[in-house]
Amino acid sequence: MNLPDRGNLRDRRAASAGHLPRLRPARLSPGDILRLGAVGLRARRARVVLSALGIAIGIATMVTVVGLSQSSKSDLMARLDRLGTNLLTVEAGTDAQGNEVKLPKSAVAMVERIGPVRHATATANVDARIRRSDVVPEERSAGVTTQAARTDLLAALNARVAEGTWLNRANEHLPVTVLGSVAAQRLGVTEPGQKIMMDDEYVVVVGILRPVELVPTLDRVAMVGFPAAEKYFRFDGHPSMIFERSPDATVEDVRAVLARTVSPGAEGNAKVSRPSDALAAKAATDKGLTTLMLGLGAVALLVGGVGVANTMVISVLERRQEIGLRRAIGATRNAIRLQFLTESLLLSALGGATGAVLGAAATFGFALAQGWTAVVPPWSVAAGFTATLFIGVLAGLYPAVRASRLHPTVALNAT
Amino acid sequence: MTKPPTPAAIPTAPVPVGARPTPVVELRDVTKSYAGGVHALRGVSLTVEAGELLAIVGPSGSGKSTMLHVIGTLDAPTAGTVRVAGYDVGRLSDAQLSALRSRHIGFVFQHFQLAAGRDAVDNVADGLLYGGVSRKERRARARAALERVRLGHRLDHRPAELSGGEKQRVAIARALAGEPDLLLADEPTGALDTASGEVVMELLHELNAAGTTVCVITHDNEIAGSLPRRVRFRDGEIVSDFPAQQASFPTRHQQASFPAQQASSQ
Repeated sequence: MNLPDRGNLRDRRAASAGHLPRLRPARLSPGDILRLGAVGLRARRARVVLSALGIAIGIATMVTVVGLSQSSKSDLMARLDRLGTNLLTVEAGTDAQGNEVKLPKSAVAMVERIGPVRHATATANVDARIRRSDVVPEERSAGVTTQAARTDLLAALNARVAEGTWLNRANEHLPVTVLGSVAAQRLGVTEPGQKIMMDDEYVVVVGILRPVELVPTLDRVAMVGFPAAEKYFRFDGHPSMIFERSPDATVEDVRAVLARTVSPGAEGNAKVSRPSDALAAKAATDKGLTTLMLGLGAVALLVGGVGVANTMVISVLERRQEIGLRRAIGATRNAIRLQFLTESLLLSALGGATGAVLGAAATFGFALAQGWTAVVPPWSVAAGFTATLFIGVLAGLYPAVRASRLHPTVALNAT
Repeated sequence: MTKPPTPAAIPTAPVPVGARPTPVVELRDVTKSYAGGVHALRGVSLTVEAGELLAIVGPSGSGKSTMLHVIGTLDAPTAGTVRVAGYDVGRLSDAQLSALRSRHIGFVFQHFQLAAGRDAVDNVADGLLYGGVSRKERRARARAALERVRLGHRLDHRPAELSGGEKQRVAIARALAGEPDLLLADEPTGALDTASGEVVMELLHELNAAGTTVCVITHDNEIAGSLPRRVRFRDGEIVSDFPAQQASFPTRHQQASFPAQQASSQ
């Protein structure tokens, strides 16, 4: 023969000498195993794409959900960082009879006297109806209320003016107002200089605020200076809400004494809260939704896995002749099992990789639309991919074992 | 000991005692029964020496397909011993049988069994996949085997681009690439037109002349008649074992004495 086969030659010599070499099936190289697994995939592309799609949708959902929840969380953290979490508010509550309790006029001064407090300021409810002009009947409320505000309120809240100016030492005595962002919208005020009516008084809008993230209620009010409120709107000078900031480490200590400080003897009537907690709570409610979406993704992944298993079972059925041939040319049961297991793994890995890419892309797209910084945690991609491989093995195991158990002659005679 | 007068003895000088080459196939009293009392093989004994070219011929249902499976170690007999390349098949595990097939037996099937999406070289190289040969060498040997079956000009053609005869030659190259001790061809011309069939048979003759042991399973008397040795099957039994150089028709008596001769030769 023109192709000497040393192995066989050795076998024959050993055989003629009376003892045969021990037969041992050769091991397939990893490259050969991968190529074997890919053979079945290349032959049935449409089916491969469709069954990988199931897995891809599941993984994409999970990666997107985790990515978006992380992106929104990191956005919230950045916002909290910017706004500070050390702001506390004290609100006038109600007494046992349900009557509104007033905070003492000296409340701000008393809070300032608490050691660590850096900043203390206040707003007060003012009983003055707001209209766009005197043509609007008094009964038709614009959904905007009046509040008196101290000039240092803006600094304490880290809030900013969008247009015009904030109240200052001079104009807090004058009939001028600064509108919250929503209030300006409701009143149809677009720029400073326009006038609105408070009770029967025309006041000039000198500024419009940007949305106040920590205290969104301020978006819906028109603010006037304390002195002006007393002078023009019969305001009694009692604050209704105190704002206070102290260094982060002392927030809890300050919180403990705050109610007692502002209304000694009736601390039950003062409600102390931390506005940043409301933002954090929003993140917590998002968590429930995230879990739900993750569950949906897991279901999609499971269905995808069933699809892969189905594809593999059909693949084994259709390829019985191939299995028979492979057994005839020397494939062990192990080799057959490995071939179909690899095929299933490749199939779901294909879906998993596609899903991870799609999920990351969706996260980036959505985050961009929301103005967030996109965060795709590597662990979510890694976990998704691992889940894929796990599903690949699980989905491929039964078909692969079935393939390996086919009797060679039965497989060869299959039609 | 002298060489047993097996019909297929290779016409060479007497071989010294103890150095006689092992028969490629040795079946002794092989029976194969299926549930329900169906006997596919009833006590068959057969020896195929290295270098033979024989036909196993018989009508469908005669047991020749079962013979193919038993000789090819794809199926185990119910009773009796089967030796292939000296190995007692009954004592080998499934994995060892696979190794035996990958190294010592080459199969050629009626319907070629080629992978549709892969070219001739890949199809032939697959025949070596389970023999522990590196990919590079598999492909090199596949090319050489294709040259041998005169398909050197069709290396990168897919089965769909080949004629039936060419497909069967690719299948033969695949069986041949591993340099097997035995080439088992199951109705190799069954799916081919006469001309292509003749080319394939010619090729088998050629390969045999170059030293390959070839066993053709067929129902076609004409094909069988063109081969030097013909083992005729009916109802699971060998009814004749007819060497070309032997003029007389072997009797049932000769058949019966066959196992004894084998035993004495060992």
